[in-house]
Amino acid sequence: MRFSMSLFSSIGKKLFMGLSGLMLSGFIVVHLLGNLALLNPDRDPFNKYAHFLTHGLGNAIYVAEFLLAAIFIIHIVYAVAVTWGNWMARPVGYAKVTNAGGTSRKSIASTTMIYGGVLIAIFTVMHLYHFKFGEVIMYTTKDGQQIRDLYAVVYQFFGNIWNTVFYIVVMLILGFHLSHGVWSAFQSLGLNGRRFTPFIQGFGYVFAVIMGVGFIGLPFYIYFLTGGAQ
Amino acid sequence: MEKKNITIYVKVWRQEDANTKGRFQTYTVEDVNPDMSFLEMLDVLNENLIKNDDIPIEFDNDCREGICGMCGVVINGTAHGPKSGTTTCEVRMRQFKDGQTILVEPWRARPFPVIKDLVVDRTAFDRIMSKGGYISVRTGGVPEARSILVPKENADQAMDMAACIGCGACVAACPNASAALFVGAKVSHLGLLPQGRPEAKRRVDRMVVQMDEEGFGACSNHGECEAVCPKEISITAIARMRREFLKAAVG
Repeated sequence: MRFSMSLFSSIGKKLFMGLSGLMLSGFIVVHLLGNLALLNPDRDPFNKYAHFLTHGLGNAIYVAEFLLAAIFIIHIVYAVAVTWGNWMARPVGYAKVTNAGGTSRKSIASTTMIYGGVLIAIFTVMHLYHFKFGEVIMYTTKDGQQIRDLYAVVYQFFGNIWNTVFYIVVMLILGFHLSHGVWSAFQSLGLNGRRFTPFIQGFGYVFAVIMGVGFIGLPFYIYFLTGGAQ
Repeated sequence: MEKKNITIYVKVWRQEDANTKGRFQTYTVEDVNPDMSFLEMLDVLNENLIKNDDIPIEFDNDCREGICGMCGVVINGTAHGPKSGTTTCEVRMRQFKDGQTILVEPWRARPFPVIKDLVVDRTAFDRIMSKGGYISVRTGGVPEARSILVPKENADQAMDMAACIGCGACVAACPNASAALFVGAKVSHLGLLPQGRPEAKRRVDRMVVQMDEEGFGACSNHGECEAVCPKEISITAIARMRREFLKAAVG
């Protein structure tokens, strides 16, 4: 088989799913670390960090944004293609399906990857609209810089209970998505072994919990502990 | 202790042929000895059907001792029934309660069309095997033990993979109807031994192409296949197939 064809085989598609999924997992780690600055009562560090990303990197930010968007799109396009193929593989379904249990890793998470994924994709577009392309409030930092007050936009947004609940629900779903996705990505890359697999399965769960709790923590903190807009 | 005979209701898939729409039909089987096998219970049901001038239920079976891979139906939603590591013929009626309704369905997958009732056409597996599930040269008799060194671990793993009987339960249980465990087992069992290495790349490449062409789904790593496999073949086989496939794709 030609190399280019291998990439469209059932194994090749899953390879792309796994690789892009792991890259997106890496992205959300950095995103979560950035979010931590929002816990600081002083708004300057977070706003300066946001300003650095949009203005301090020159054209590199456009390259990074393009790559990130491309990875997102690859993950989504392959997910839809793979899921469609899987649905086609069983035109007549079972009257009853009982999970086999035992060594099986089939779970709510593993069987709803496409639904969770679609929801996260829609969420991502809304999330960009809420913040990246959201309201621009300018202010002057303590050291006299005139920059955007994204901190205020976030606090205003999570002063609303429905925004807060929506974000918490989607982040819960992201946690579920990761609880199957992370170890599964490694399995799709062929990385399975006596020593490695138990580790990565455990790591996948821990990672999912940290990401889920981390991303839920911020809106929760803002709405319930600070009362939102300050 | 003497066991009481039980009454069983069998809700079974009836389908005349591949082109006819099927439906479920419920039959009552009375006086079932709990020590009967599941297939013997179906035999009794079929005898009753024949006596009443009805058409008996078609189901595949052969050795009835769990080694041939011929039998296989989905019992109450699980391929090969509720117990792990067994085939359909190893299911015993004592696993069911008096008066229980047992739902019996054929393997469901596009590449496994129903021939009649519970019998499905599994020649898709044979076509995959014909693409490389073998070694092309005679390897002769047993060689002198140290002439070709095989690590004990490899020999053990190859044997575990060779245990695959090609029953198709992995496909039946997979939410995606993927044949990855079957192909993975075949690729692994030959690829782990020195005699299988020369053709390893060609083998995995051609078998995966055929697997995709047959219309099986992609593996999502649910692991249901491993849990229902009567030979308890591990999904490490699938990872090995992927590694072999990527190596083959590169070189």
